Amino acid sequence: MNTWTIFKRELTSYFTQLTAYAVIVIFGLLSIGLAFTFGSFWRYEDASLSYSFFWWHPLLLMILAPAVTMRLWSDEHRTGTIELLGTMPVSMGSAILGKFFASAFVWLLALALTFPIVVSVNWLGDPDNWTIFSGYLGSFIVCCTFLAISSLISAFTRDQVVALIVSVAICFILTFCGIDPVINEIRRSGSAETVNLLSTLGVYSHFLDATRGLIRLPSLIYFIGLISVCLVGTNLVLKSQRA
Amino acid sequence: MIEVKGLKKQFGHKVAVDNLSFSVQKGEVLGFLGPNGAGKSTTMRMVTGFLPVTAGEIEICGISMIGSPTEAKRKIGYLPESAPLYNDMTVQSFLKFCASMRGLKGAAKTAAVEEAIETCFLETVASQSIDTLSKGYRHRTCLAQSLLHNPEVLVLDEPTDGLDPNQKSEVRKLIKRLGEDRAILFSTHILEEVSAACTRAVIVDQGNIVADGTPEELEKQGGGSLSELFRKVTSQESSAA
Repeated sequence: MNTWTIFKRELTSYFTQLTAYAVIVIFGLLSIGLAFTFGSFWRYEDASLSYSFFWWHPLLLMILAPAVTMRLWSDEHRTGTIELLGTMPVSMGSAILGKFFASAFVWLLALALTFPIVVSVNWLGDPDNWTIFSGYLGSFIVCCTFLAISSLISAFTRDQVVALIVSVAICFILTFCGIDPVINEIRRSGSAETVNLLSTLGVYSHFLDATRGLIRLPSLIYFIGLISVCLVGTNLVLKSQRA
Repeated sequence: MIEVKGLKKQFGHKVAVDNLSFSVQKGEVLGFLGPNGAGKSTTMRMVTGFLPVTAGEIEICGISMIGSPTEAKRKIGYLPESAPLYNDMTVQSFLKFCASMRGLKGAAKTAAVEEAIETCFLETVASQSIDTLSKGYRHRTCLAQSLLHNPEVLVLDEPTDGLDPNQKSEVRKLIKRLGEDRAILFSTHILEEVSAACTRAVIVDQGNIVADGTPEELEKQGGGSLSELFRKVTSQESSAA
């Protein structure tokens, strides 16, 4: 019940402060724009959208997702409203979930509103729509992971800029340590174990499986585990700051 | 209604509140006086369940704040020192949000919001965005959220801070009226507020209670002046802190 109340407040706030509109428009333009330019959509006739469209998503999300959640807890600290929340008969866990779900919902809308590209491939050819759906699912879960990471970081500080910079840095590392050019470079100089470790830790190997229509259990465990650790960590940080 | 026994709060090596005990009964308005840095806000944050205690016990209407914080918090209305609010909301939507968080629904929620708006004289700004409000209206909006669920206990941290003389007088009258059927703990460092609104007062210094009594008793102890007693029993160090 309280999670729902906080979800509604946060969601309204995203729209009154125009954050949601900015995210939806910028993500939509960039993701579709990249697919038709650097993604070489026409040249490869990529009906599954795996490489032309979805491949860019972690790169965009590693910057845009923390931009949405950087204020999640830092703003509560800065304005003192954390004291109001902390003295209401609600658990901090429900507040964390309410805020997290609201930011995830904004991203769900942003992803859903890229539907013109799906309509286009269905109009141009005969794509496997399950693979496309799986790609969207992969993008959404990567996004949720980045949102959970920046929720944790924003709990540490009352400065939104610090929260943004640190969150983007962590998401950048998680994105780039699994990306092909980096993996190939390390393969030349490092051991196979290092390559495997980086590939497992990075989001790309898990994400690319989803864009090919493969929802693998280890990948699900990786994402859900990371999200859970970050949200539980947010709760612990908020508690320790009051001790 | 508020029972505090042996309350202690330590931040690292610094003891902010040390072995503090007091109680507030129904119909009583307890003024919590003390210089800046005396431990007033820390005590209030522990009483309302925001800060965990280092040692001691807090009971609100017989419910332990340490053992059953959620149940105990239901009994309290709290106005924090800085009157924090969500600036992107209107006064009405903020009060509706707080009412929902307090478990109020439907007609009961609407009635509670309307009553709080009326009690705190917020009718003219009800649909105004909070970030456009003056300090006085911000304070009263935050006070209104503390009254929504008709709590048996009110904890008000410097409720008249930053208000103009007319607003101060209004808020003091309101506290006195609300205190008739509630237990109110309110902190201040404005000594005139004690005789204007309190039935009893304690003076806190360096985390300890150094004087306790009705406003008349305290004035008598200070040789006819409460400020004289305040100067006598409080140290200069905490005022500088």
